[in-house]
Amino acid sequence: MSTQNKLKTFNIGGVHPDDHKISARIPITTLPLPKTVIIPVAQHIGTPATIVVQRGDSVKVGQVLAKHQGFVSSNIHSSVSGRVGIIEEVMDSSGFKHTAISIKVKGDDWEETIDRSDNLVEDISLEGKEIVTRIMEAGVVGMGGAAFPSHVKLSVPEGKHVDYLLINGVECEPYLTSDHRIMLEKPREIIVGIKILMKALGVKNAIIGIEDNKRDAVENFSDLLQHETGIEVQPLEVQYPQGGEKQLIQALLNREVPSGGLPSDVGVIVHNVGTTFAIYEAVQKNKPLVERVVTVTGKSVKQPGNFLVRIGTPVIDVLIAAGGVPEDTGKIVSGGPMMGKAIADLDVPVAKGTSGILLIPKAEALRAEIYNCLHCGKCIEACPMGLEPYHLLLMTKKGNYDKAKHEHIMDCIECGSCSFVCPSNRPILDYIRLGKTEIRKPKKA
Amino acid sequence: MNPVIFYTIISLVGIGIIAAIVLYFVSKKFYVQEDSRINAVEQVLPNTNCGGCGQPGCHAFAQAVVKAGDLSSLHCPVGGNDVMKQVAEILGVKAVEKDPYIAVVRCSGSFEYRKKTNVYDGADSCKVAAYLYSGDTGCAYGCLGMGDCVQVCDFEAMYMDEKTGLPVVIEDKCTACNACVKECPKGILELWPKGKKNQRVYIACLNEEKGSTARKECAVACSGCSKCFEACRYDAITMANSLAHIDPEKCKLCMECVDTCDVHNIITANVTPEKIQAANEQRLKREERARKKKEEEKLAAKQQGDEHTEQA
Repeated sequence: MSTQNKLKTFNIGGVHPDDHKISARIPITTLPLPKTVIIPVAQHIGTPATIVVQRGDSVKVGQVLAKHQGFVSSNIHSSVSGRVGIIEEVMDSSGFKHTAISIKVKGDDWEETIDRSDNLVEDISLEGKEIVTRIMEAGVVGMGGAAFPSHVKLSVPEGKHVDYLLINGVECEPYLTSDHRIMLEKPREIIVGIKILMKALGVKNAIIGIEDNKRDAVENFSDLLQHETGIEVQPLEVQYPQGGEKQLIQALLNREVPSGGLPSDVGVIVHNVGTTFAIYEAVQKNKPLVERVVTVTGKSVKQPGNFLVRIGTPVIDVLIAAGGVPEDTGKIVSGGPMMGKAIADLDVPVAKGTSGILLIPKAEALRAEIYNCLHCGKCIEACPMGLEPYHLLLMTKKGNYDKAKHEHIMDCIECGSCSFVCPSNRPILDYIRLGKTEIRKPKKA
Repeated sequence: MNPVIFYTIISLVGIGIIAAIVLYFVSKKFYVQEDSRINAVEQVLPNTNCGGCGQPGCHAFAQAVVKAGDLSSLHCPVGGNDVMKQVAEILGVKAVEKDPYIAVVRCSGSFEYRKKTNVYDGADSCKVAAYLYSGDTGCAYGCLGMGDCVQVCDFEAMYMDEKTGLPVVIEDKCTACNACVKECPKGILELWPKGKKNQRVYIACLNEEKGSTARKECAVACSGCSKCFEACRYDAITMANSLAHIDPEKCKLCMECVDTCDVHNIITANVTPEKIQAANEQRLKREERARKKKEEEKLAAKQQGDEHTEQA
């Protein structure tokens, strides 16, 4: 591949925020064990898991704390060994209180069935169905941020034919580098993970999509993939929100997911690189999802870095490892600056979907003054889904949710490009999200 | 006169006359027969088109009452019983009296009592904040204070108190149209019977957390101590999820519960302090009597027990 050729990207909308990948060159370090962890039972999209432990129980790392409830749900495992403490409603990164299990850490005692060595296991002994079951049991969810249970994605409904697996190594959110570091440090494992996914789905082709600002990862993969058939790596032009599932499919395969449809409607399944690595560990090493890489970053953070953190570790512990909270911090965001959510309390736990913790200085944290809409159309140009954000804002503000639904508000991927480009600083996405929430609510009789 | 102007006037007048004739016949031919009572009813309605009755507007309400022919299910909260009486006269049916209602604010967590734990910087709307997170104070049930209810009020019957950060309902202006109740994402506002002599009593807290947690979040939160529940002689107070609730249907406005609340969060309207004091004294006396009676019973039981043992 030559860099002279125009790189692929999606063709509607998109913005170019400064990428600020401060922690890109800092290797992943393991965070010391916290004193207590708080493990919410709803870390994924879907039904919360049902708790199977009681206060006072001794648990090992990898032991199931809560069983999945129904198909679109996920198991929750203990990320530490110790004693189960109080089970109560605590604030999590969603900003609301949800049931969570607290565990007092004692030693680091893992379940015997888990292979903790660093050996690369390449032979895939499990069959397709078994792989999906194993992933389901291991509680693997999408680690890009949405935390959608991975086994659901792998169970393609009958009548749909999937011919491509896309691996999302785009990491288009500014600041975040956790996926980048995994790609650099665990490329062989990711490749085995891809093979596992290909076997489970029965597909022959896989493409790893990586934005061009991570050239080292692209080169790394193309070296490793020289002798592989069916898997290729594709550099992409840097543009936000390329990491959106639908945008990535369009960029790599030029297929468009229909409104309200799923990637499997156009024969594609997308998985994040972090998830692929977790799937490798779940299937080859029998290791459930108990830890993840979290980027801690920000302009004034003393020691930004990428930390391997046990799920349930309070955010404050992770921040201390990164040199504490700088004095000029105005906002602490769980996730990236574009789609992340500010956290209201430093005791909230790191969940399966927490890809980063971003500390924004005071000067940049507050929103600027809001002016009237100029009807300049910049938001329409920026919207990667081809919607009319300013229009959707007006409709939801007036409570006209039916009209907004008719104008495809539900297709919004909440990337925030509209709010990002708005010269009047209008809170466009706030209202679009409100509209989506109101439409999703069951109608009162 | 300039001929151009002359012909213009003549032709325009001509067109006007022709159009008027055509319209006259068309309007006769296609006249829509509407029950004259609909118009009559609409005349007496407040015509604020607030939607408080559940209909999309006053005309729709008029149509609905004329069609239904009775007033049992339809009521104009804004006009109240006076207007409904007139409507009943027009329709020739019996008027149904309904007690007037008023919106009450069921949160007392002012700035003083409920400390901010974070800063909200999103869109200036309670609805937006409510789906985003549980609020900028510790309490997840309390008022968010951005005044969506004030915005939506058609009657200028509400304002935000800048000192407390809570909305205030102006009693004389509130028509119980239900608009603010529907708007509030936290369900802080509630329609409450205006009560005899406009007297009301309600508990201004919705916090369902355990008592200790609730008090940490807000100094005047209902901790579910049940003192008011025990004081009520009419079973009007119920306890659920460590929160007391007064049932306005059962409440006899005796005001005996008011002083039992250790954070003074049982709110009264148009009740003189003297009445509350008198009610409190009455309650204390009654409690004293009950205590004495209990002691006597205890003593009697003990004596009886002693007799039994002696006999044995």
